[in-house]
Amino acid sequence: MTMRRRMAVLAGLMLGGSTLGGAASPLPPVALDLIIGDTLPQHLSDYRFFTDRAATRPNARVTGYALNTPLFSDYAEKARFLYVPPGTRAGYGAAGALDLPVGSALIKTFAFAADLRAPGNDLRVIETRVLLRRAAGWVALPYVWNADGSDAVLQRSGGRVGVTWLAGDGRRETISYRIPNSNQCKECHALANAIQPIGPKARNLNDGAQLGRLVAAGYIAPAPADTPRLPRWDDDSAPLAARARAYLDVNCGHCHNRAGAASNTGLYLTWDEPDGTATGLGKRPVAAGRGSGGHDFAIEPGHPERSILLYRMRSMEPGVAMPEQGRATVHREAVDMLGRWIAAMPARP
Amino acid sequence: MAAAALCGLAVPAAADTIAIAPGDDAQQRVQTALIDARPGDVILLAAGRYAFTDGLSLDVAGVTLRGAGPDATILDFSGQLGSGEGLLVTATDVVLRGFAVENTRGNGIKSKNADRIVYVDLRVEWTRGPRPENGAYGVYPVESQDVLIDRVTVKGASDAGIYVGQSRNIVVRHSTAMLNVAGIEVENCWNADVHDNVARHNAGGILVFDLPDLPQKDGHGVRIFANDASSNDTPNFAPKGNIVASVPTGTGVIVMASRDVHVFANRLGDNATANVMIIAYPRAFTDPVFDPLPRDIVVRDNVHGRAGWAPQLTGGRTLGTPPDGHSFPILWDGAGRGIAVGDAVATLSLGLVVPGTPIEQAKPMPVDLADTTRAAEPEAVLLPAAMEAAVR
Repeated sequence: MTMRRRMAVLAGLMLGGSTLGGAASPLPPVALDLIIGDTLPQHLSDYRFFTDRAATRPNARVTGYALNTPLFSDYAEKARFLYVPPGTRAGYGAAGALDLPVGSALIKTFAFAADLRAPGNDLRVIETRVLLRRAAGWVALPYVWNADGSDAVLQRSGGRVGVTWLAGDGRRETISYRIPNSNQCKECHALANAIQPIGPKARNLNDGAQLGRLVAAGYIAPAPADTPRLPRWDDDSAPLAARARAYLDVNCGHCHNRAGAASNTGLYLTWDEPDGTATGLGKRPVAAGRGSGGHDFAIEPGHPERSILLYRMRSMEPGVAMPEQGRATVHREAVDMLGRWIAAMPARP
Repeated sequence: MAAAALCGLAVPAAADTIAIAPGDDAQQRVQTALIDARPGDVILLAAGRYAFTDGLSLDVAGVTLRGAGPDATILDFSGQLGSGEGLLVTATDVVLRGFAVENTRGNGIKSKNADRIVYVDLRVEWTRGPRPENGAYGVYPVESQDVLIDRVTVKGASDAGIYVGQSRNIVVRHSTAMLNVAGIEVENCWNADVHDNVARHNAGGILVFDLPDLPQKDGHGVRIFANDASSNDTPNFAPKGNIVASVPTGTGVIVMASRDVHVFANRLGDNATANVMIIAYPRAFTDPVFDPLPRDIVVRDNVHGRAGWAPQLTGGRTLGTPPDGHSFPILWDGAGRGIAVGDAVATLSLGLVVPGTPIEQAKPMPVDLADTTRAAEPEAVLLPAAMEAAVR
């Protein structure tokens, strides 16, 4: 079905970007007219984001970037790229989200390593999701890679594809991976019913060096001096509570915020939400149905085994599993980390 | 030419009808139609069974999704692998009409931020009967202004069959809810008319609840009238933790917290716990503006059959056996103010004046609430004319 190929280059190049290489050959620039136009380009290659068919070498004004704490997507490897039109740069919006100018694009490719113990090797590339900043707002489009790996084709209705890999303990895992349809893109990316990027916020880009690199290359304005630094969720040297809240921010906060798809739940898991009932501490379920698993609270301090949040993260059942979209396997390492966080909270009388 | 040009000024671009038949690849074909539809379009689902592996979603305003009838066009989610509901609507002015949604893993049909949505002539059902592994809500409009649910049947929901949450200006009518935990539930809503429905054989028939810690608070202005909320005798099968898990089996109408709720001219009977129950929100909460008390509640002119002969309250035995020949069709926990009961049946107060007092401390006694000054009845809910036109 889909191609399998050596793609260590993908991981290697994603942090580089065009600014490093200079223009070795006079390639036409990114098709800005397609980004700002009102058509739905049928092929990923139409945009000319990349100089190669495999979409690994960024064109001019396209650069790779990484996030301190990424969204979990069934152990998929992701390569993230940012395009900002010549002569423009991004500022900052609410909560430090990059305010990307019209004509910008975010490009994210999802691939699966055959063996999680050797990430980056023998990657099977599944899909590339594109967010286009048009004058009327953001547009989200999913592109699915064809069998020979020569291009990815627009597939707005999404789909499913079987994926298999060897897990960290050597066991084989096989899932039905969901490629989201364009409405599902919006379910996660909607803020007050308008599509917004999720990942590129100053705090999640801030790894000590990356913001400076992006500023120097002219992609973004200098970040505010007080820009917080979201910890890496898997950084054992960072405080557990901060790692937990970082993970919940990135993996849950896009819906579970006051203007998101889960606004009606009263459970808000964004980084800047102060600890309390709204972040799940002693919070009773509202519309969870059997998603409660028979438990009383989203987070019951001291009791991970009785916390609905972990019950739903451990479940694979539609109607129970959280997040609702984009997860067909359990993120065991994150469940363990969050479980330690909840266990360490003083139990309530 | 001139006439056509003038018409063109007044009439929007011609709406399309997109016809879809059952068969292979229904997931892609129906979802593609839902994505490609333009405002005003009608998506017609021909009679037959459509099998889906994922939830469907509609995010285009003004679209009608229409089948050949709730027993003819069946959207079958028995093989669902993902999504929290069968169909999700996130656009305004949508009409859902004439189809069934069966055996979703989560909720049946959810609509959020979907103002002026119309649910008409639909069926949502878990076909194996009441089971805790069924989805939570059958139809689930939330955070919306103007909601109409008309001629909708829901069976088997493990929470509420017809649930309207945190919305404003709502009409639920001519609908049937059976074999759910809660038949019809209106939660944290402002201004709702629930009338001419049948809510039988649930654990609880019709619920008006107000809960803390939600974006829309202060549920009020609800009229429950001309419904049949009798024979609610399905043992509560809700998963613990949810508020409906505390609904006593055998209850006709429950008003919890909330203000300005009027319950009148309903047919109530054969409910083992009570025909009408009025209670405070009993649990601890931190929300500083939430009021756990029921306030300005009016119960009048209902037709009562037998009720209250075996209350299924936690620790219900402490209530003692009602005196010979006495049962109490109306049950009040004793908290709140402005509770008026005009019905000519007995009301039992549990004397639990402070919300959250354990039921073991109940001091059951008959009370007469006939002389309470009755709060003014909320005004009838009026919906935009286009919504009424859509169901004719």
